[in-house]
Amino acid sequence: MVQAIAFYAFAFVTIAAGVMVVSSRNPVHSVLYLILAFFNAAGLFVLIGAEFIAMILVVVYVGAVAVLFLFVVMMLDINFVELRQGFMHYLPIGALLGLILLVELFFVIGIWSFSEDGNMLAAVIPIQNISNTHALGNVLYTKYVYLFQAAGLILLIAMIGAIVLTLRSRPGVRKQKIADQLSRRSEDVLDVVKVKEGEGV
Amino acid sequence: MEFSEFLNTYLLPTAIIVAQIFAIIVPLLVAVAYLTYFERKVIASMQLRKGPNVVGPFGLLQPLADGAKLFIKETILPSGANKILFAMAPMLTFILSLIAWAVIPFDAGMVLADINVGILYLFAISSLGVYGVIMAGWASNSKYAFLGALRSAAQMVSYEVSIGFVIITVLLCVGSLNLSAIVEAQKTIWFAIPLLPMFVIFFVSALAETNRAPFDLPEGESELVAGYFVEYSSMTFALFFLGEYANMILMSGMTAVLFLGGMVAADRHSTV
Repeated sequence: MVQAIAFYAFAFVTIAAGVMVVSSRNPVHSVLYLILAFFNAAGLFVLIGAEFIAMILVVVYVGAVAVLFLFVVMMLDINFVELRQGFMHYLPIGALLGLILLVELFFVIGIWSFSEDGNMLAAVIPIQNISNTHALGNVLYTKYVYLFQAAGLILLIAMIGAIVLTLRSRPGVRKQKIADQLSRRSEDVLDVVKVKEGEGV
Repeated sequence: MEFSEFLNTYLLPTAIIVAQIFAIIVPLLVAVAYLTYFERKVIASMQLRKGPNVVGPFGLLQPLADGAKLFIKETILPSGANKILFAMAPMLTFILSLIAWAVIPFDAGMVLADINVGILYLFAISSLGVYGVIMAGWASNSKYAFLGALRSAAQMVSYEVSIGFVIITVLLCVGSLNLSAIVEAQKTIWFAIPLLPMFVIFFVSALAETNRAPFDLPEGESELVAGYFVEYSSMTFALFFLGEYANMILMSGMTAVLFLGGMVAADRHSTV
């Protein structure tokens, strides 16, 4: 009973927060509602016993991605009136995308319930006395190791790409060369001069 | 009959959990109060002053007096502030610094929630701490608070990464995410010895994460007045303060669990 109550609470808040992400006027509020939605999704994961995924969801999406969203959104100087004007213009394409996603969702659920092979793809209750971190690692590093490596490689390329795109060397910038500074010796750069009184150097 | 069943399945466990929560939180808050007292005394003697010495013997009641003062003072909401977020930020900071304690093991089996992914939970909670800071800075609608929040948030997010990597190193040695298992794995030797460089990195990152000297740049008292909580007064300020100090104790607790053998340290003398 408690689980059912928790499920409906998490599910309701997730959907309500999702609606608020789209409909709230202030983009900062949108991002904060998005965080709420992530959080409740993590709660749903905990309810089905996937605690590792739940924690990773919080660490990655809430702890890192949403922080960057919030950073960007806060720094932007957004004109809210202008933002509203395009709403009707984008409504058809947005509705179309939503419809496509809904149909896809129906396909997935339909395959689970009607097809005979589908049961294999549905969530399997993990073997007892093994934590789901272990279970995940067991398939990730054996069966799917090449896909896992490929995903890592793609991320690495994305990272290098981001660096290449943003790194530019501008001429005329004075930079500190620490090696040069450390290798300076006082004998090379300092002359000790005996100055006669009243004459100057 | 039905009532007793209801009592046994729901009410009794809830009551026990609430009692356990109080058994953790009350000593924690007392520890926070006297950590501030301790800090003030130590800094005072470093600067050849006496420090708090008026309220109570040796000034021992000073933290309580400070708490009462902050409680009685007026809460000021800046007129340009986003009121809801402004009030939520200190609450969030305080709540996050408390809920992390749910998974810290105090002795073998003496832990509120012995979950499988304990260390990930701690990591997740500490990565959420940045929201209290950002929300406070943005909702205050003040340049100083906002700049302070940006600095603080940038620092916290960056050092999160190094903490994550250090945690992974420890996990590779243990093979489990459970905090009790991590402590158990240090029965023979503390991880601080074989993983000394990681221990040092973790300690430095913990200092940066809690915005303590020498990483107290976000506070910037000379140019930003005090950082993200400039606009806060009375109890809202006190919540930030309590949250920050509770976080310091939490980070020390994490260091102890990950590297210094946790509660095994106390156990050692009886077994050897």
